[in-house]
Amino acid sequence: MTKVRRFCISALAAIALSFAGLATSPAAELGAVIRDVQPKIVKIYGAGGYRGLEAYQSGFLISAEGHVLTAWSYVLDTDYITVTLNDGRKFEEVKLLGADPRLELAVLKLDATDLAHFDLTKAAVAEPGARVLAFSNLYGVAFGDEPASVQHGVVSTVTKLNARRGVFATPYEGPAYVLDAMTNNPGAAGGALVDYQGRLLGMLGKELRHAQSNIWLNFAIPAAELRATVDAIVAGKYVRKPADEAAAKIADPHNLDLLGVSLVPDVLQRTPPYVDAVAPESPAAAAGIRPDDLFLFVNNRITQSCEAVRNELAAVHRVDPVRVTVLRGQELIEATLTLPKPAATSSTKPAAGGAAP
Amino acid sequence: MSRGRLLQNLLTSCALAVSFATRASAVDVDPEVLAAEAARVKVMAEARSKTVAIFPPEGNGGGSGVLISADGYALSNFHVVHGSEKHMKCGLSDGRSYDAVVVGIDPVGDVALIKLFGRTDFPFAELADSDQVRVGDWVFASGNPFLLAHDFKPTVSFGIVSGVHRYQYPAGTLLEYADCIQTDAAINPGNSGGPLFNLDGKVVGINGRGSFEKRGRVNVGVGYAISINQIKHFLGCLKSGRIVDHATLGARVAGDEDGRVIVADVLDDSDAWRRGLRIGDEIVQFGGRQVRTVNAFKNVLGILPIGFRVPMSYRTKGVTHHTFVRLQGVHNPEELIAKTSGKPEPEKGLPPRRPGNPDEPKAPQPDKMPEGKPAPDGGPEKPKFRSPFGPADDAEKETPTPEVVKKSFEEKRGFANFHFNKVERDRVWKAASARFGSVPAAGPWTIEGEQAAGGAAAAKTAATISIDDARVEYTLPTGTARLPLSDSLAGFTDPEGSGGFLAALSLWRRLIAVGPEKFGNMQYEGAFPLPGLPGNYDVLLGRSGGVVCRFFFDPQLGDLVSLEASVDPELDPCELFFSDIRENGGRWLPRRIEVRYGDQIYTVVAPTKWQLEEAAK
Repeated sequence: MTKVRRFCISALAAIALSFAGLATSPAAELGAVIRDVQPKIVKIYGAGGYRGLEAYQSGFLISAEGHVLTAWSYVLDTDYITVTLNDGRKFEEVKLLGADPRLELAVLKLDATDLAHFDLTKAAVAEPGARVLAFSNLYGVAFGDEPASVQHGVVSTVTKLNARRGVFATPYEGPAYVLDAMTNNPGAAGGALVDYQGRLLGMLGKELRHAQSNIWLNFAIPAAELRATVDAIVAGKYVRKPADEAAAKIADPHNLDLLGVSLVPDVLQRTPPYVDAVAPESPAAAAGIRPDDLFLFVNNRITQSCEAVRNELAAVHRVDPVRVTVLRGQELIEATLTLPKPAATSSTKPAAGGAAP
Repeated sequence: MSRGRLLQNLLTSCALAVSFATRASAVDVDPEVLAAEAARVKVMAEARSKTVAIFPPEGNGGGSGVLISADGYALSNFHVVHGSEKHMKCGLSDGRSYDAVVVGIDPVGDVALIKLFGRTDFPFAELADSDQVRVGDWVFASGNPFLLAHDFKPTVSFGIVSGVHRYQYPAGTLLEYADCIQTDAAINPGNSGGPLFNLDGKVVGINGRGSFEKRGRVNVGVGYAISINQIKHFLGCLKSGRIVDHATLGARVAGDEDGRVIVADVLDDSDAWRRGLRIGDEIVQFGGRQVRTVNAFKNVLGILPIGFRVPMSYRTKGVTHHTFVRLQGVHNPEELIAKTSGKPEPEKGLPPRRPGNPDEPKAPQPDKMPEGKPAPDGGPEKPKFRSPFGPADDAEKETPTPEVVKKSFEEKRGFANFHFNKVERDRVWKAASARFGSVPAAGPWTIEGEQAAGGAAAAKTAATISIDDARVEYTLPTGTARLPLSDSLAGFTDPEGSGGFLAALSLWRRLIAVGPEKFGNMQYEGAFPLPGLPGNYDVLLGRSGGVVCRFFFDPQLGDLVSLEASVDPELDPCELFFSDIRENGGRWLPRRIEVRYGDQIYTVVAPTKWQLEEAAK
C-alpha cells in the first residue's frame, strides 16, 4: 500500500468518524458534565427588589453539610435569606456564617447533609484560552426545582480588574478570569465557573463596568483567591457570636461615645449605621472617620444596623483597638480606632456626639 | 479517537482554521478536525438557505423567519409581522426578494405563519423534536440581527442550550413564552422570528425574546426560543388563517407545601367542571406530563391552542380519575381581536415585579422584545435599523399591494387571512368527499345493523337508522326514537342519555349531502387530537340549526373519523366515532359507530347494510 493511498483511507475514515460524531450529539459529554455540576448550584433570595437591585443571586455548595459560597452583596443584608437547591428543596432564614468585603464573598450555612458540592481544595486553574462553563441563576430565570442557567465561553485573560469607578465599583484587587461570555448579568453574582471537566475554577463576580470604557465586565474570581478566607469563615474565625452573650463578659467595653462617633438616629428596626458626626480630637477623628461613612464591619463582623455596631463594640475591651471597615462613597476605608491610654478611665467623658465641625 | 477528544477538536476547529490558514504547511491539523469543521459549515450553509429576512412593506424595521415547506410556508414571530398587517417582503440567502402574506397568527405564543410566493421549490427546514433538546446541546441561531444583511444572507450565531422548560411571563395576556428554550447563542433585535437549529440542521425553536433589563436592547447571553413542539400543536390552526387563542383549563391552580398542584378555583361552565374537577383536587398529570409545580402546569398549558382536548389525571379524596378535558380560550374572541388589531405595544401591561419571594410564581421578566424595530423608548443603545426596501423617511408613502398578495388575502373578522381558511377547507373536503363517493349521497339513508348499548359486552340487538330531509329515526326492537327536522335542532338531546344522537346523525348526512359551502358557516378550524387516537385530525367546524358541529377527518386518508354535535352549549356534545372504515359500493363507510356522551359510551352501532340514495326522491 502506498503512502498516498494509506493517507486517503485514513482521511476517509476520519471523515466518516467525524460525521458520526456530529450526527450523534457532540454535546453528550458536555451534557453529562452540566448535569453533574447543576446539583451544586443554589438560588439565593434576600433583600432588594427595587429597580436595578434584584433580590436574588446565585451560589454554590462547598461542603456536603451545606456551606454555600456566594458573593457578598446587599441581597444578604437581611435576616431572611432563602436558599433553594437544584432539587427544589428550600431553606429559609439561612445563617450567614461570615463575609469578606474585600473579596466580596460570603458563606452561608444550610442545615443539611449529603449534598453534592465542589471541593475548594480540588479547584482547578485555567489559562487564557481555556473553555469554560458558567452556572448561575441570572435574571432569576430558574425557580424551584428548575436548574440554573449554563453558558459557555472562553477565558480571555487573567488580569486585574480596572473597575473601581462609577456605580459598579469593587474593592477586589486580585487577579480575575476575564471571560468572553455574557456571564455577569443581574443575579449571576456568586455563580460557579467550571472547566469542561466540571472542575471549579472560580466564582462569578458582581456586575461591574470598566473604569474607562464603561463596558460591562464578565469575570470570575479564581477559587485560589477565595480559599483561605472561606476556610477561615468555615473554621469559625469570622463567626458572629450573639452580641449580648459576648457583652456580658466584658467589664469595660468600648462604646461610641468613647470613640467620638455619633450615628444617625436609630429610628428603624435596622437603621444603616451611617456616621452622623465625629467629635474633634476623638479616636474616630484621629483614625480619619468622617460623617456619612457607613460602618460595614467592626472587627471583621458584619454590622448591618446601628444596633449591631453598638453590640459589636460592647464585645471589645476598651484597652483593645477596634478595627472598622467603612464605606465612603464607593470606597472601602479601613481604620483602627484606639483609645488614648492615659484617658482610658471610666471617669473621663470625651466630648459627646453632635459637636462636629 | 474518543468522542470527547473529537468534541474538543470540533470546538477548536474554528479558531484553528483561522489561525492556521496562513501556515497550514507548518502545522499538521488533524483531518478529523477539518472534516468536523467542514460538516458544520455544510449544515450551517444549508440552514442559512432556509432562513428568511422579513421586511414590512413600508420599509421600516424587520425580522427573521424560517421556511418549513417547499411551497413557501414560513414561521416567524407575531411581533415581527404585527403592524405589517397582510403582506411583507422576504429575502432569502439567494439574494432575491419574494412577496409574502400573513397566513395565521398566534398572538399569545408570539408565532406567525406566513407564505412566500414565487417558487414551488423553496428550500425548507425540517422540524426537530424539541422535547429531546437537552441543556448543553450545541445550537445555532440564524437570522438578520440589526438588519445587517442587505444581501439577505443570514447571520449565524453559535451557542449552547442554557435551560429548557423555561417559563417567561406574558406582557398582559399576549407574548407568553411557556416551556421555551433558553440559549446563550446571541439573539439580537432582528433575530426575532428566526430559527434556532440543532447541529443536525433541524429547527428546535423560533427565537423571539431575551432578558435585557438595564443593558440596552442587545444580547446579554440570555435568549429564548419558542419550542418547535409548541408550534407543531398550533400549525394546523395557523394554516386555518385564524387569529388563534391559547388554552386555559377553566380552573386556577396553586402549589402547596408538599409540591402538589391543587385546584384553587374552577369555572362551573368549563369542561373541567363537567369532567368532575373540583376545588381542592390535586392535578397529577396534564397533557401527558407529570405536574408537580405550578410552573410545570403552566408549561404544559402554555403550549396548547384553544379547543385541544388533552388527557388529565386528578386525585380527589384519594381516588385518581383519568379523563380527557377540552380546553377553552384565554380570551373571548372579541377581546383577542381587539388586542391584536392596532399598533403593537408589547411592553404595555407588564405587571410590576414581585421580587424577593421565591414562593410566588416567578416574577415577570422585564424583557424588551428584540423586535427588529426601533426601540420605542429611544434608549442610548438603540440600534439603528434600515430596510433595503427603502429608508424610514419613505415610511409614509403608500406601497402598492402586489397582485399575488391581493389574490391570496381576504379580510374577515377573527381571521388573519380568511383566504387560507378556504384553501384548507377545500383541501380537507376534496379528500373527504372522494371517500364519500363520486356522487353525493343526498337522498334518504337507511342503515341496518346491530347495536350493543353500553359497549361490546352487552347483548346485541338489531338496529336501523334512517335519515332524510324531514326526519331522523333510530329503531330498536323495543321501539323507535324519532326527530322531525325543523329549522332549529338546538336543545334536541334525544334519545335521552345520548346528548343528541339523532341531531348528530342528521348533521352527518347533511354535510355529505350538501357539502361545506351550504352546511352553514363552515370553516377549517385546524388540526386537533382525539381522545385515545394517535396524531391530529383536520377539523371542519360548522353551525346548522343552532347546533355547533365539529367533523374530524383523517389527515392522510380523508376519512371522517369523528363528529361532535353540541346541541346545547351548557352540556357535553354528542360524539360519534367512526371506525373500521371499508369500501362499500364506491363509498368508504364505517363498520362501527360508537356514540359517546360525556364520560359514557351511549351505544355502539355496527352497520351491516347501507342504502344511500343519491338524490332526494
